[in-house]
Amino acid sequence: MDRNRREVMKAGGGAALFAVLAAAGLIRPGEALANGWNKAAFEGKTMPEALKALGAANPANSTDITMKAPDIAENGAVVPVGVESKIAGTESIAIFVDKNPSPLAASFDIPSGTEPSVTTRVKMGQTSDVYAVVKANGKFFIAKKEIKVTLGGCGG
Amino acid sequence: MADPMRIRAVSKDGIVNVKVLMSHEMETGQRKDGSGKIVPAHFIQNVTATHNGKTVLSAQWGPAVSKNPFLEFNFKGGQKGERIAVTWTDNKGDKRTDEAAIN
Repeated sequence: MDRNRREVMKAGGGAALFAVLAAAGLIRPGEALANGWNKAAFEGKTMPEALKALGAANPANSTDITMKAPDIAENGAVVPVGVESKIAGTESIAIFVDKNPSPLAASFDIPSGTEPSVTTRVKMGQTSDVYAVVKANGKFFIAKKEIKVTLGGCGG
Repeated sequence: MADPMRIRAVSKDGIVNVKVLMSHEMETGQRKDGSGKIVPAHFIQNVTATHNGKTVLSAQWGPAVSKNPFLEFNFKGGQKGERIAVTWTDNKGDKRTDEAAIN
């Protein structure tokens, strides 16, 4: 729910879009936050904490999520991670690096018409499992891939 | 103001592939400078891509996204010659919007 609300605030569509989404039952009126950034989720120090803040406490394992990332990253400062979801009705994709100081790296809202596939680059402090968490039809799904890091990308 | 983004949008078989390269420090707030003081966090928090006024992707980022962030996604319904705009906002309130035509 959080994420839909925030998307509305950010989209700049203003009241009209808000009303449309509210009518569609995607958001409950009066719950929108002014800040379009999920502080609690991004500052969560552990995976369970960050997942909970995202409203995704118990995601189900899924083989319909494909992660495109190297097995070994030479430079932890720039690790390309691509996530593709084959789950129908994918609404959002989030990328977590388990052993980073704050696991949640990025989350993407996927409007209809946009393919549930995003690629970005993240920092990794050390070898870690990287998780993709997909929200589809209000349910959460998760997939993981271990990426070995030879040179960390966080800290000095 | 930060440097312009590099945006490439290519239409193929009704799907537009968008690649964006932003110019930003993405400082984590965990690094120390030469004198041992923590360098304050400075990173992009929100990214929105729009096509004809419709949001085609929106993202929330933490400081774990790499310096000079890269983003790639695909959306349907874009025509050649139309424009796509990408806006980011960072944790200090800085903002930047750039546009590119779909090829």
